[in-house]
Amino acid sequence: MIERLFKVNTEEYMLPGNRACQGCGLSLAYRYALKALRENTILTIPASCLTVLHGLYPTTSVAIPCLNCTFASTAASASGIVAGLSALNRSGITVVAVAGDGGTYDIGIQALSGAAERGTDFIFVCYDNEGYMNTGTQRSSATPMGALTTTTPLLTKQQNKKDMLKIMEAHDLPYLATTSPSYPIDLYDKFVKAKRIKGSRYLQISAPCPPGWGYPPKDTVKIGRLAVETGMVVLCEIEDGKFRLTGRSRSLAERGNRLPVSNYVERQGRFRKISEEQLSNLQRWVDNKWNEYLRRAEGS
Amino acid sequence: MSNVQIMTGNTAAAFGAKLCRVQVVSAYPITPQTSLTENLSQAVEGGELKAEFIRVESEHSALTVCISASSVGARVFTSTSSHGLLYMHEQLHWAAGSRLPIVLCCVNRGVGAPWSIFNDQQDAVSQRDTGWIQIYCRDNQEIIDTVIQAYRIAEALYVPVMVCYDGFVLSHTMMPVDVPDAAAVDDFLPPYKPHTILSPEDPRNINPVIFPWRRPDAEGVLRDGYMELRYKLQDTLEEAGKTIVSVGEAFAGIFGRNHGGMLWTYRMEDAEIVLCSMGSLATEATTAADMLRDRGIAAGVAGIRVFRPFPRKEVREVFRRARAIVVFEKDISYGYEGALCSDLKAAFYRSDVAAPIHNVIAGLGGRDVKARELAEATVAALDIIEAGQADEKRQTWLNCHTGN
Repeated sequence: MIERLFKVNTEEYMLPGNRACQGCGLSLAYRYALKALRENTILTIPASCLTVLHGLYPTTSVAIPCLNCTFASTAASASGIVAGLSALNRSGITVVAVAGDGGTYDIGIQALSGAAERGTDFIFVCYDNEGYMNTGTQRSSATPMGALTTTTPLLTKQQNKKDMLKIMEAHDLPYLATTSPSYPIDLYDKFVKAKRIKGSRYLQISAPCPPGWGYPPKDTVKIGRLAVETGMVVLCEIEDGKFRLTGRSRSLAERGNRLPVSNYVERQGRFRKISEEQLSNLQRWVDNKWNEYLRRAEGS
Repeated sequence: MSNVQIMTGNTAAAFGAKLCRVQVVSAYPITPQTSLTENLSQAVEGGELKAEFIRVESEHSALTVCISASSVGARVFTSTSSHGLLYMHEQLHWAAGSRLPIVLCCVNRGVGAPWSIFNDQQDAVSQRDTGWIQIYCRDNQEIIDTVIQAYRIAEALYVPVMVCYDGFVLSHTMMPVDVPDAAAVDDFLPPYKPHTILSPEDPRNINPVIFPWRRPDAEGVLRDGYMELRYKLQDTLEEAGKTIVSVGEAFAGIFGRNHGGMLWTYRMEDAEIVLCSMGSLATEATTAADMLRDRGIAAGVAGIRVFRPFPRKEVREVFRRARAIVVFEKDISYGYEGALCSDLKAAFYRSDVAAPIHNVIAGLGGRDVKARELAEATVAALDIIEAGQADEKRQTWLNCHTGN
């Protein structure tokens, strides 16, 4: 592992003093993502926690050019940048859209599906903190069952999380991957790979959120690891339709030592009202997904 | 030298975009705009126009593509109608706030519910407060010429321009159009050279969160807050009339046609009764004015070409001698009156124009409006005015069975 860290780009594109919350999972992931993407990149971001991280006019904490766009328009904004660059005969620039789960699973899904169907040459990154965290923890379609949010304040979320990876896979993309800031080398490698591939690429970052999920900021890496170790988050990639488990998820599959979901749930305040029935539903949902992943991994 | 061809308004608009050598086109089909989009698709696929054509999944995305492509420095074009324009509403604000020289053709159509595919101007008029320049064309020649002028205006001012023309009445009606010479258009409209572009050579964070107050940048220089940026847009629009007029004059110098700058007039020299309108309805009003003249009524027409910025100075001058004013329009600001009528009244406040004004709402959802009916409505409006009821009497809804 130490040897592999040496190959990570030493350049920093996220400057010190950004406005993300203490212990922000996105902040950790974004630093490595930008290191992998490097200078010849144009970002476009909608209203989200990332807008806050990028800073307030007229200063910014990110040394990569960025076009802010409206909430529903992220992937279309990337399409416009790609089209404009192409019309001006400018090549060698990677266009990257970065949105939260609200801007991806919910309000951004139409533009994203459109851009993906058109085969737009860009990377779409969803950092999934499982709710509208920038506006103060409201429910999204990425929120897991049993989680308290300010719009499911008493009864918790009653439905399972939407499977966005599957939806994006249905667009026949050349590359899709899931990542976690708790496994930065796995994340870095996937961004490096995505940058080299042409066409629409989809990357998902599972981004633990201390205030939204209800755990101490010092535990972000630990929570991210538990998410993977319990199978709530599965690290994988799909390259030209070929599915592969990666990193910690791959070793979990090989050793069969996946932890019960309760180990993950009990450390987060958002699950303090989860019922026994919901917890067993959640476990069953994770088991089913995991088994499906195992079957796909074996088949490949 | 002239190259007159018979074409629809949509074909004229497509010719205009092609002559402007737009680099990125993005659009979504909607009646009655569709044939314009089809025409440009054909031009791009056939190699006649060297541009990226992005066939998006919605109008919201169509204008987004234009915003982003313009941000990296491309000349961009889109078009829509009715619900498509309303679906763009958020992006209309974003485009103007971003100060991008986007040109959009709005092929005017009524707005649901219930569904109507037919013409009125409710779509564009209801977007008047989004910070765009709005120009209303009265015939197909004006459409092609205005699209060309629109880029020069937009790129001079960094303000987007909406070129509006009536669905079906113009968009699908064949008229003779003198197609400007391509080389002459190139001289009139050189390639777009933006002052700032989004590029890795000069990393910036464009349109981030801005506070109400001014803040210093990294060098300690105090930069605008939200209100300063908004003031600058308003200031540019207030002053935009000069550019619009001078671009029209420059265009006339090369191509021999001036469509009137902010507004145009017809038989106004000695007119006592002024009919005022926008777009093809104003053209219809010129025939009505002739009919009224035949009946001994000294009628004239003032056609509002530019609705935003509103030609306050020009209407005060043109309406100075009016004895009565009848405002015909294909829109309604529900709960008050037609938007054009309100804006005109506001422009006349504490001016020399004290003539009574009556508002006639006409042609909503494509209801047919004949010149004869405009003439009759004018006579009826004069009765209301002469009875001293202009102020308290509600608008007239032309050809509408209101039960009154």
